[in-house]
Amino acid sequence: MVEYRDGKKILVTPISAEDLKDVHIGDILYLSGSLTTCRDVAHRRVVEEGREIPVDVRNNAILHAGPIIRPLENDKFEMVSVGPTTSMRMEKFEYEFVKTTGVRVIVGKGGMKENTANACKDFGCIHCVIPAGNAVVAAVCVEEIERAEWRDLGMPETLWNCRVKEFGPLIVSIDAEGRNYFEEKKIEYNKRKDEQVELISKQVGFIK
Amino acid sequence: MNKEAQVQKMTDMMAKFVGYTGKKLPDDVIAKLEELRAKETDALPKVIYDTMFRNQELAVKLDRPSCQDTGVLQFWLKCGTGFPLINELEGLLKEAVIKATKETPLRHNSVETFDEYNTGKNVGKGTPTVWWDIVPNWDGCEIYTYMAGGGCTLPGNATVLMPGEGYEGVTKFVLDRMTSYGLNACPPLLVGVGVATSVETAALLSKKALMRPIGSHSENERAAKMEKLLEDGINAIGIGPQGMGGKYTVMGVNIENTARHPSAIGVAVNVGCWSHRRGHIVFDKDLNYTITSHSGCVL
Ligand code: SF4
Repeated sequence: MVEYRDGKKILVTPISAEDLKDVHIGDILYLSGSLTTCRDVAHRRVVEEGREIPVDVRNNAILHAGPIIRPLENDKFEMVSVGPTTSMRMEKFEYEFVKTTGVRVIVGKGGMKENTANACKDFGCIHCVIPAGNAVVAAVCVEEIERAEWRDLGMPETLWNCRVKEFGPLIVSIDAEGRNYFEEKKIEYNKRKDEQVELISKQVGFIK
Repeated sequence: MNKEAQVQKMTDMMAKFVGYTGKKLPDDVIAKLEELRAKETDALPKVIYDTMFRNQELAVKLDRPSCQDTGVLQFWLKCGTGFPLINELEGLLKEAVIKATKETPLRHNSVETFDEYNTGKNVGKGTPTVWWDIVPNWDGCEIYTYMAGGGCTLPGNATVLMPGEGYEGVTKFVLDRMTSYGLNACPPLLVGVGVATSVETAALLSKKALMRPIGSHSENERAAKMEKLLEDGINAIGIGPQGMGGKYTVMGVNIENTARHPSAIGVAVNVGCWSHRRGHIVFDKDLNYTITSHSGCVL
């Protein structure tokens, strides 16, 4: 579902491919509903070992992150701090991961490449970044941790299934058409970098 | 106060100070971020800065580390030969990190190499890192604290150029690093550049440069000129906050230099992320302290 509130565009789980039709790279979004932390080893388990993911992420969202969690009573947990980790590490697994799990929104840090872009295009999914270094903002968007699976992986790697409210801001870095914000930007950056190197070089000929 | 009580006192103060720096950014960084925030006009950089400032507010209010990666602790000391705790200093800093890890809490970021396990205490062989400068005929001690996060440590690089490559080569070396690794290191960045003879002399200087306040300039006129040229040049690339595009990419460029061998130019680059958690505290011989980095910080 898509909701609009106070000028914010909010994706609410379950999210359909249709909901992502109007979402483009560079858009600013928020997410409400089911978000599960999922990183290196969990990807490996799903893709390489073919294990079934114990939290249903179909039409929901995952977050590349290893949070700091405080255990409460009765098998409950509190999110103390959570920030995205470099998404690129999951690039290798992401096509198969999206195909198998049916996840709709992937949140992380920095860009990803063709594997993920192809998955986004083929299966109707997006990759977003949440500005990194903002662990407290992200943590307070978590209303409750509903489940914790694959706990044998330790705190950072456990699948923490969270109910979030207006989690964000999320900036779309790959949209469902497969356009890739960072890859497009990098071409601009590199071009301007070459110009600047030339410009500065003319002024630093200190060795004569 | 006997020696033991003094050691305990300084350990407690350093543990508190380290924890504090994980929750609140130094004055110069906040001022610079405010300045850059005001200059951005597009929606993306604006929403990113809004998030950053809300995060720093919440961190103080809820008393939590502002970024989940509280880094590996690094200390730069300028210690007087007459400082009463000079012999105990390195040991007590380690204790202070263990204490801060529990009390703040800090993330466990010390993995023993080769044995490849996390010590769970943020200390290990050679961590926290302590660099010494000995100051003769002084009885005080000056300490820079720094949390080196993973993301902002990654762009670090050093090389030795042939003199023929000159400062033009230095320029290219630094700028190449910005577009390859810098954009993922949570810009706006503080960029440290070391120019010397070999990789280790340049590398050390490049990190030391990050301890210098934002807005300070090299004493050498040409180095200061190059700081400005690099700063404007990197900004012009347009990487912006979080690498997503914007008018400003750096909080500053600081260059530190020494003389070099005629046949070599050692150059290194190091970056600090927007969450540049640097602290500066000076102790006198009676352990009275002055904090210059964070106004209003009381231990
Ligand atoms: S680069 Fe800095 S702000 Fe970004 S996640 Fe790492 S420590 Fe935090």
